[in-house]
Amino acid sequence: MLKCNTVCKRFAPLVRASSTVCRQNVRRAGLNNVRTPTCVPVARMSTEPLGGGGDNLKYALLVGAAFVGSLTYAVVTLKGDHQRSVKRMEDISTRLQKSTLHIQSAPPVWFSAPSALSKPKPEAAPSAEQSSPPPEAAAPDAETTGKPSAADSTSPSHKLPSHTPYLLIGGGTASFAAARSIRARDPGAKVLIVTDEPDLPYMRPPLSKELWFSDDPSVTETLRFKQWNGKERSIYFQPPSFYINPEDLDSAENGGVAVLTSKKVVHMDVRGNKVKLDDDTEISYDKCLIATGGIPRSLQVLERSGEEVMKRTTLFRKIEDFKSLDKVSRSVNSITIIGGGFLGSELACALGRKSTESGLEVVQMFPEKGNMGKVLPEYLSNWTTEKVKKEGVKIISEALVKSVACKDDKLEIQLKDGRLVRTDHIVAAVGLEPNVDLAKSAGLEVDSDFGGYRVNAELQARSNIWVAGDAACFYDIRLGRRRVEHHDHAVVSGRLAGENMTGASKPYWHQSMFWSDLGPDVGYEAIGIVDSSLPTVGVFAKATAKDTPKAATEKSGTGIRSESETEDTATSPVASATPAPAVEHKDDYGKGVIFYLRDKVVVGIILWNVFNRMPIARKIIKDGEEHADLNEVAKLFNIHED
Amino acid sequence: MSSVREEGKDKIIFVTKEDHEIPSSADLIEEDPDDPYEEKGLILPNGEINWNCPCLGGMASGPCGTEFKDAFSCFHYSKEEVKGSDCLEQFGVMQECLQKYPEIYPQEDDSSSSQTSQDSAPAEPPSPNRAPGNEQDSETTTPNKESSEES
Repeated sequence: MLKCNTVCKRFAPLVRASSTVCRQNVRRAGLNNVRTPTCVPVARMSTEPLGGGGDNLKYALLVGAAFVGSLTYAVVTLKGDHQRSVKRMEDISTRLQKSTLHIQSAPPVWFSAPSALSKPKPEAAPSAEQSSPPPEAAAPDAETTGKPSAADSTSPSHKLPSHTPYLLIGGGTASFAAARSIRARDPGAKVLIVTDEPDLPYMRPPLSKELWFSDDPSVTETLRFKQWNGKERSIYFQPPSFYINPEDLDSAENGGVAVLTSKKVVHMDVRGNKVKLDDDTEISYDKCLIATGGIPRSLQVLERSGEEVMKRTTLFRKIEDFKSLDKVSRSVNSITIIGGGFLGSELACALGRKSTESGLEVVQMFPEKGNMGKVLPEYLSNWTTEKVKKEGVKIISEALVKSVACKDDKLEIQLKDGRLVRTDHIVAAVGLEPNVDLAKSAGLEVDSDFGGYRVNAELQARSNIWVAGDAACFYDIRLGRRRVEHHDHAVVSGRLAGENMTGASKPYWHQSMFWSDLGPDVGYEAIGIVDSSLPTVGVFAKATAKDTPKAATEKSGTGIRSESETEDTATSPVASATPAPAVEHKDDYGKGVIFYLRDKVVVGIILWNVFNRMPIARKIIKDGEEHADLNEVAKLFNIHED
Repeated sequence: MSSVREEGKDKIIFVTKEDHEIPSSADLIEEDPDDPYEEKGLILPNGEINWNCPCLGGMASGPCGTEFKDAFSCFHYSKEEVKGSDCLEQFGVMQECLQKYPEIYPQEDDSSSSQTSQDSAPAEPPSPNRAPGNEQDSETTTPNKESSEES
């Protein structure tokens, strides 16, 4: 495959070149059709002789009439052909770009077009011709970009490229990772990212974690946070100087990544290889990535409760949500988070930590028995819930919301079991709805089990269309069809999509991981399918007698060593009864590994407070073997070391 | 001695350090270095440079990507005694480009030519697993950090 990789790399430009040759041939054929008919009649007329004499006259008239008749017929037919071929050429042209009849006027006109064309354009033609990668983009670009500017000089889209070799729909993590991948593999690639957000690509995890722990009062503006290694960075993947302006994309000698913000792709024409934006701009592409992510799910009870309630509700996902929640958290007395999963628990812990200073009441409610109830096995979920409570969060578990009302400027949440919670603001963290808006116009399949666009193991939906990130329901060779909503998956799948868009043809193989932090005591990394409904085997480091005050006495040799040994033997076989003195240590899930099994094969692993062991976990899942004794497998993780 | 407990479908095992000192009997399948699906390190098995390696920290895909690729390719294929001594021009051009984007390429490091290891390609992208720093590509200073650790 590696040979294939390099071969593909070499062939890709050739393939591209041949496709452009095809396109140019078509256009040339069209032009020829236009020209030929106009020549022929002229030629024919000049070669026809004229007759003379009486009988000869009649004969001549007959011949003349026949001639005229046939000439008329010929002209009419050819005119019809001409019109048809002109139309055909139009069709072809419109398929390439968003132009009309005006395209028929000679291309050179656009090169010398007046000031309406932005400065780069006259340069665009020659420089585009010079740069080899997208030669096919040169002519249509020169022709069409002129048209919109002449037509509409007020709309900002008049400077936009009407064709891009690589179009990435969505400006999130997956899209950015794909852009990186494409640029690394295709020299001089021109990548256009179109996003409906006003922001450049940024990473999401800090919005519910690190940004809340920052001491900087201006963090909502700077959006900078301190990483685990102490270094500070922005949530934006790259500063604005990394990107080039969309209008400069065509003329960029070495290509680049351009981001078109605040523009939504509303229609996709797969046959024509083009998309339409919400301002009616059309952009055609060679390869397209759909990385539209999703929007936070809302609760029906909230939607039904009216505007006053919705005004006091946050559906958390984007930078603007972070900013508004931060503001709210400083001005209200009580915030309730509905949802006990990753986002809900992380936000609860983050706000809970703040509550110690501000006196903010933080409530978290969810239908499960404990935090992360759908992810962690019950014993661990309960343990985690206790930790979250210690962060200052009021937990209301097994809570199903019946109705929400706004009374006297306060929200009243009525639960199905009768409990009532009064709060000032609600944060709904109840899941993500993958964005499949383009499925209808593009004719792409949507998965009914997991949601999202259905793609194959190589993340491809159709020729020239790939999907990555939260919106992709893909086939994982090892673990089966799934859809993953984690940051690292967005990175891994975005990278893979970028590789495949540049000819790699690789399936999803490198398993992505995820992590979560819930307060200072609980941090874990996980990989694979981590679903609490699966049978699990958890191997935890036993807090040995060494870690107890007893240890001090033992060390000094005044020992009660025998006592500790008897303790051990008493507890060794499977016993539901545990000796009293050691109980608190027994239930302390400080460090360990949890295996999730499906048909006796490990499909998911959680590294509980043990770090830097992800490669081993990844290997175990990749192997997909049945292991008789998972304790033996756990040994590979060295959980007792740091 | 370890203790085992079962709570429904979930099994819980507590193990001491001593329990885990006995080497594992678990079998892991041997890695195939030619596996086409695996993520590759810096140098592909055919000797070429893997520009998409996360270890490059996005140097090959940024605004100075072309210059970096030229310089590093020259270095990689250089047969001179002092490897890369025939590539000074390319490195100079690259350095010029890097200086144009101080935000993206902070100039705290000595030289971009000392990036990436010549010895061995990291089999797995060395990842600080936690936090978004995992996204190696976004951290353009990471490769410099790595090289300074190695050199």
